[in-house]
Amino acid sequence: MSDVILKTEGLTKYYGGLHALDNANFELRSGEHVAIMGDNGAGKSTFVRQITGVEQRTRGKIIFNGQEVHFKGPLEAREAGIETVFQNLALADDLDVPSNLFLGREKIWLNLGPFSILDFKGMKAATEAALKRTAVKIPNLANTIRNMSGGQRQCVAIARTATFASKLIIMDEPTAALGVQETAQVENIIRTLKSNGEPVILISHNMRQVFDLVDRIVVFRRGRIVANLKKSQTTGEEVVAYITGAKTAPEFSDAA
Amino acid sequence: MTDVAAANDMFTARKRKSLPAEMNAFLGLVVLILIFEALGWSLMGQSFLFNKLRLSIMITQVAVVGILAVGVTQVIISGGIDLSGGSIIGATSMIAMSFAQSSVFPRAIYIEQGWVDLPIVIPIAIGLGVALICGIINGVLVAYVKLPSFIATLGMMVTARGVALWYTEGKPISFPTDGFKAIGEGLMPVWIFITVAVLFWLILRYTLYGKHTYAIGSNEAAARMSGINVERHLFLVYVIAALLAGLAALVLTARSQTAQAMFGTTNELDAIAMAVIGGVSLAGGRGSILGTAIGMLIFGVIFSGFIFLSVDAYYQNMVKGAIIVGAVALDQWRQKRQAMEI
Repeated sequence: MSDVILKTEGLTKYYGGLHALDNANFELRSGEHVAIMGDNGAGKSTFVRQITGVEQRTRGKIIFNGQEVHFKGPLEAREAGIETVFQNLALADDLDVPSNLFLGREKIWLNLGPFSILDFKGMKAATEAALKRTAVKIPNLANTIRNMSGGQRQCVAIARTATFASKLIIMDEPTAALGVQETAQVENIIRTLKSNGEPVILISHNMRQVFDLVDRIVVFRRGRIVANLKKSQTTGEEVVAYITGAKTAPEFSDAA
Repeated sequence: MTDVAAANDMFTARKRKSLPAEMNAFLGLVVLILIFEALGWSLMGQSFLFNKLRLSIMITQVAVVGILAVGVTQVIISGGIDLSGGSIIGATSMIAMSFAQSSVFPRAIYIEQGWVDLPIVIPIAIGLGVALICGIINGVLVAYVKLPSFIATLGMMVTARGVALWYTEGKPISFPTDGFKAIGEGLMPVWIFITVAVLFWLILRYTLYGKHTYAIGSNEAAARMSGINVERHLFLVYVIAALLAGLAALVLTARSQTAQAMFGTTNELDAIAMAVIGGVSLAGGRGSILGTAIGMLIFGVIFSGFIFLSVDAYYQNMVKGAIIVGAVALDQWRQKRQAMEI
């Protein structure tokens, strides 16, 4: 199908004898928000690391935007249009918001090689536009990240991905370390992305959040995909049953 | 959506103002000057500051280390340290001076080869070449071999001093050409310092180089993940630091009209101290050339203030030490207080 953004076929990753990810077949359509759930060590993060090129897969196919891809590193994945919000944020604490948003891809006013002069006005304007698009409110863009709350930091990280991701955003537990109100702020950004039609893969442990935000839930257990559920046709109890292993979907019965 | 609105309100409430780190250093400088001014009028019956000769001696005295400190500052901002500057000054001075000698001196080192009365570009190029080699070695060791910068530059500190001593077996080299002397004459060292300081203040503030220096010092992993070529950048940072040490050496040699193997000894520590007093964080990511320049002036004021009051030079070092520790303690206290406001 043409509107499939990302598809994996038999994606497998072994760490020595450990089968961290086994034969994962996954599909994401344009505009779709999919949650990946599962216990610790179920293979969620391993799965993401293969897609984003952080690690090299043992075998299997990744088809992104209609083409089979072999990213050598996260940079290549990013250039292809996949942006990831990592658990450890990846922000430079001593820089302000626009500098962080454009870190590594600064707008240049005058090209002088490594001593190129930066286009501060352009970056500030683009930052304001990006924050507006993601409905993030940060009062003072010139403030350094160090002086911001955890929620504001996460918002900057997400705004950064949303600014540059042309095709796919992956979020690895974006609200794990946040308070109630800050979580609400981040969830609001994800809703905004949904209404803009931007596809998202969300890794989360938060059942309420998952049912609030996504269209589909994929459950991992012991390195395998054990369920692929439409949100409208499932319940929290059922998802928990899949996560814990009390239940396995018939089409994945070989994975149990 | 009310919870979201509440969250946004909470964010706006967090707006806060912050005082630049250079401010403390500047206030310290003003206080020091006022102290010496008061002591001057009460003990010596004259002004400390409003004396043209004293001012020019004071500034030229620290300008050489100031040039070195500009290079060290950008290394510290990138999250590293450079201990090799003083020794690079020693090695560069000796080698450059040996190509800057006048034929007036019959025992000039290369008089037999006829390498005397050379145009000044030759000793300058050779001097900067020596510094460049030192910088390339530092850069490779830190950026690519991934040695801690403290170790790599400590190695260079010992090695370059060895080169300086080996070159003439410890004998000084003198009698430069008039052309070479001009580099250090009058206020020339000050103008060179100001040019270098303004240039690097602009570079660190407005260019890609500066932005990436702060980013790497702030969070190297994040910088790498953002696609910055961290290795190539750090390499450049150490090469530039060494080149500035080489420039400082040329100015010092020309001003002294002699080169000695022990030139620059402990200058690297003075340079680091100037940066730290000026608010440059040893943790990386924070600080500016402006701060380092203020730190340099503090050193200058202490130096000439003690001479002015004819106080023994030994006390000078005691006071310098106390100021270094005091400045860092003050900075940490300030940061803690800021952190609590958040």
